[in-house]
Amino acid sequence: MRRVLSLYRSSVGKKILMAVTGVVFVLFVFAHMFGNLKAFYGPEKFNHYAEFLRDVGAPAFGHGQLLWLFRVVLLFAVVIHALAAFQLWRMSAVARPVPYARGLQPEESTYASRTMRWGGVILLAFVVYHLLHFTTGTAHPDFVPGAAYENLVIGFQSIPVVIAYLVAMGALCLHLYHGVWSGLQTLGVNHQRYNRYRRPLAVLVAGIVFIGFVSVPVAIAAGIIV
Amino acid sequence: MNLVLHVWRQASPTVKGGFVRYEAKDISDHASFLEMLDIVNEQLTENGEEPIAFEHDCREGICGSCGLVINGVPHGPQHGAATCQLHMRHYKDGDQIWIEPWRAKAFPVVKDLVVDRGALDRIIQVGGYISARTGAVPDANATLIRKEHAELAMDAASCIGCGACVAACPNASAMLFVAAKVSHLGLLPQGQPERRDRVLNLVAQMDSEGFGSCTNHAECEASCPKQISIDFIARLNRDLFVASLAQTPERMVAGAG
Amino acid sequence: MELDSKVPSGPIQEKWDKRKFELKLVNPANKRKYTVIVVGSGLAGASAAASLGELGYIVKCFCYQDSARRAHSIAAQGGINAAKNYQNDGDSIWRLFYDTVKGGDYRSREANVYRLAQVSNNIIDQCVAQGVPFAREYGGLLANRSFGGAQVSRTFYARGQTGQQLLVGAYHALAKEVGNGTVQMFPRTEMLDLVLVDGQARGIVVRDMVTGKVSSHAAHAVVLATGGYSNVYFFSTNAKGCNTTAIWRAHRRGAVFANPCFTQIHPTCIPRAGEYQSKLTLMSESLRNDGRIWVPKEQGENRPAAQIPDAERDYYLERLYPSFGNLTPRDIASRRAKEAVDDGRGVGLLKNGVYLDFRDAIQRLGKSVIEERYGNLFEMYERITGENPYAVPMRIYPAPHYTMGGLWVDYDLQSTIPGLFVIGEANFSDHGANRLGASALMQGLADGYFVLPYTISDYLARVGPTKTDPTHAAFGAVEREVGERVKKLLAVNGKLTVDTIHRDLGQVMWDACGMARSRGALEKGLEAIPEIRERFWREVRVPGRGEDFNQSLEKAGRLADFLELGELMCRDALHREESSGGHFREEFQTPEGEAKRDDERFAFVSAWEFTGVGSAPKLHQEPLSFENVPLSQRSYK
Ligand SMILES: Cc1cc2nc3c(=O)[nH]c(=O)nc-3n(C[C@H](O)[C@H](O)[C@H](O)COP(=O)(O)OP(=O)(O)OC[C@H]3O[C@@H](n4cnc5c(N)ncnc54)[C@H](O)[C@@H]3O)c2cc1C
Ligand code: HEM
Ligand code: FES
Repeated sequence: MRRVLSLYRSSVGKKILMAVTGVVFVLFVFAHMFGNLKAFYGPEKFNHYAEFLRDVGAPAFGHGQLLWLFRVVLLFAVVIHALAAFQLWRMSAVARPVPYARGLQPEESTYASRTMRWGGVILLAFVVYHLLHFTTGTAHPDFVPGAAYENLVIGFQSIPVVIAYLVAMGALCLHLYHGVWSGLQTLGVNHQRYNRYRRPLAVLVAGIVFIGFVSVPVAIAAGIIV
Repeated sequence: MNLVLHVWRQASPTVKGGFVRYEAKDISDHASFLEMLDIVNEQLTENGEEPIAFEHDCREGICGSCGLVINGVPHGPQHGAATCQLHMRHYKDGDQIWIEPWRAKAFPVVKDLVVDRGALDRIIQVGGYISARTGAVPDANATLIRKEHAELAMDAASCIGCGACVAACPNASAMLFVAAKVSHLGLLPQGQPERRDRVLNLVAQMDSEGFGSCTNHAECEASCPKQISIDFIARLNRDLFVASLAQTPERMVAGAG
Repeated sequence: MELDSKVPSGPIQEKWDKRKFELKLVNPANKRKYTVIVVGSGLAGASAAASLGELGYIVKCFCYQDSARRAHSIAAQGGINAAKNYQNDGDSIWRLFYDTVKGGDYRSREANVYRLAQVSNNIIDQCVAQGVPFAREYGGLLANRSFGGAQVSRTFYARGQTGQQLLVGAYHALAKEVGNGTVQMFPRTEMLDLVLVDGQARGIVVRDMVTGKVSSHAAHAVVLATGGYSNVYFFSTNAKGCNTTAIWRAHRRGAVFANPCFTQIHPTCIPRAGEYQSKLTLMSESLRNDGRIWVPKEQGENRPAAQIPDAERDYYLERLYPSFGNLTPRDIASRRAKEAVDDGRGVGLLKNGVYLDFRDAIQRLGKSVIEERYGNLFEMYERITGENPYAVPMRIYPAPHYTMGGLWVDYDLQSTIPGLFVIGEANFSDHGANRLGASALMQGLADGYFVLPYTISDYLARVGPTKTDPTHAAFGAVEREVGERVKKLLAVNGKLTVDTIHRDLGQVMWDACGMARSRGALEKGLEAIPEIRERFWREVRVPGRGEDFNQSLEKAGRLADFLELGELMCRDALHREESSGGHFREEFQTPEGEAKRDDERFAFVSAWEFTGVGSAPKLHQEPLSFENVPLSQRSYK
């Protein structure tokens, strides 16, 4: 713990923790996405999957226990990731008190790399909204606890909601496009022979996640899933 | 060719600076960018005005003294070259050129286009070296070094300490500079005993100097006159990770952390 | 004044050991009671300051750049020599010693050169231990190359950046000591004068280049490591800031100046492109391994190179020196190029260069081989000139590069002022009348790491750890003088910029005391220089204030000293009625046009004592004897 704290004390260490939590997110996002795709198999499979999430780990874990453990880990990861992001953001913000007259001319940075922070804020806002939407139902007009499939389908029949999700997934896609590559760099996953695969990997991850996630709301809005 | 320059003038670190417009007339294609400024300065002097202060020494791209942000690009449009190696054939008649100093809190302006890069020296002073007392060393060929490693160390060691990486970074981070040093020494067998302390201390000092935090934009690599690769940043990250988890450093410098 | 070289007696191989044993040591507990000032942070200064700091002395190190790492040593490309004999090709300390004495055309001190060759091996060990990434072979051993026409491969190198890598190594050592608190570093601080107390060097007066504040630093000894003075010519391969101020001020305070006219002109630099040009860039000499040097046979030839048939080309080096061809030594290659240009056969728009042509090499070896060998250099050339050297021949011309002359020092590297030591290019070095390639880096590091730290202890032990006193009246007096000079420079307020006058001086120096010298030209130079000096003090314009960051003021102060040094150089050149090494007097040549030494009359070091500005300096002579390397005439025919 002391060592992790000492890691956290330095800017590079903070970034490493961001990358580690980032990996946790990517794994989570993939699992989540595969879960979502069950929507294409109809209500039974989907609701069964939602139930499975609560029973997973049995008999070592009781109903919903492991899911809560995951939630705690994820929450913890979000806190670390966001806290580090905001602290480093501040550090960089004060590091150049006088800006360049007409800005720096971008040469190698990408739109994705330059929007990591605001993109992250969008994601954070989205996560909150998403939880209020489908988990607690606070932001869902016709929420029925336990009826995951129905909540989903009804939820995405509203076009503004679909657009909000599309924007958020766009942000996620950009965040991952830079984040995956950047995370590998931050974790020092670097080898002359394999470096050229880092960028394609990021494209792949970002692309899969984007398509995987938007397919469900789009399919619902388009009436493919009913 | 004739050019219009907008040059940052600032009388001292504490006063506010601003852009002043100058005209550079009859500039030859073959003149270097700094020679173009020399010409402007000669005229200013003759008119009884103070010439534009800018840093330079070797004028062949190796000492790391020079450094101007030209139209938003540190060291100007030519890749892999310092400002002093830039020639006017990259410009055409009538061009408008904005000239600014490196901008970073850690590099306060001394005057006009001259900044204080002492922070980079202080980073080296906390451990960016191999302690080899004069005379107390083995024969040069006693340790064999793989050519590949020696070459890679040389790539990192080619850093001229100009600070363009900081100037180019949207975060004003000095990661490429620190990474180059950590990698140069960390890649060599002679550098192993101090490797962990070195990376911890250098990063701590870098943080305390007020540089920003790297987000892997790779702008540093693009403007580095020696084209030092950001792969070295990955190496630095890995070294720091290992060093932080592996041990509590024995020789943390005062105030670091 | 008696010039005592203090060379120890006995066989040459044992002199240094003997001297080291004789030298008094400073008690370790007392070392912290001594302060040593080191001016300069190049290879010589940084290595000395770091080593002295390690020993426990309190060291103050000064440089004019914003960081110690930017000293001009950083620009050296080619490499550094050492007698390691790692290539098993018959090298030895003796051979390096022999080559260096002979290469210096018998105008250096044998004992010093032998010591240089001896410690050369320690330098390589030291640098490798510091992490200098020298080139290596696949087996992991250090690589070597042959350089500057040497018959053995004894040059160690780090790509084309050897000077940079060695300097970074020394800078690291220095940074370590700064971190440890033994060395205090003063960047952007220019030494403007030396302070003597009771005839001993006891400190310096400096100007803070940011605030303009003039202040004093006191010490038990002062070491000058301030580099060479090639910038007296305005155009040289040196960095723009290189200057003579530190050694010239010391000279004015009583240190005698040795062989000021011994300068080296490097044959392969890029010729000037126009009036506005600010400096000349060196291209590695290795280009001469494959490039062929030529000029058109006819004067006023205007066709592009490719259209000039072979029969109308004059490959003059190959013609004159069939066995060495394009690889003749630096001084000869330089002089012949000047002859061709002076003869109206120069090439390029300004007709101020000669061709260095790779056409045949590309035909013979293929473009890829040439690219592999010289790719970087070709790129650099193209960046500067805008011409593609694969398609059109390069243009080259000689340029001032290195100054063998400098302050006179004895075997202990101490000048004629007690307590003032001079190391690196700033002293009249171990290179005699001509320096061999890759040996300046060696000398700077030898002085700084392995000679000075020993010899200075002897002096310190003798003076004792008395208290230094920067409030002593002597400091106040010099500070006032310095302050007044600054005021005077600012007060002239004439019409000419510093660079305008510097260019004038440079032209005069080049014509009078450049590659080829003659009585007539030197006398003309000696008339012109005082005039330029007067014009300077009458008409220079230095804008801005003294209490400020003021680059014009810095340049003006340096030029003021060059204007005095230039005259001394011409006097020295005029007095030396022989041709030796880089000093070629047109009156003294063999029928074939080669340098003709006069060992009967001039086998000595000319050491000049300052007697006042514009007044004739006083000549002292240190006779040179050659017991180990028999005197012989160089021949490259
Ligand atoms: C382009 C080029 C290439 C070369 N290539 C080679 C090569 O391949 N091999 C080789 O052996 N040699 C080479 N040389 C020669 C060699 O580089 C120099 O002779 C050597 O590095 C000089 O080292 P130094 O320490 O004496 O002085 P420098 O490195 O010149 O250092 C001088 C120091 O003194 C300081 N200083 C000067 N004046 C003042 C002042 N008034 N106040 C305060 N500080 C002052 C400066 O700031 C600097 O720190 C080359 C030279 C040039 C120009
Ligand atoms: C809380 C809001 C968030 C903010 C402010 C934020 C911000 C950032 C920032 C600034 C980076 C560093 C980029 C870099 O160094 O190049 C980053 C990296 C990353 N983020 Fe986020 N992010 C947030 C949420 C998320 C979420 C929800 C995910 C998961 C889907 C995520 C996944 C990643 C990944 C994988 C990385 C790569 C790790 C790295 O580069 O170090 N982030 N984030
Ligand atoms: S002036 Fe030395 S790198 Fe540009």
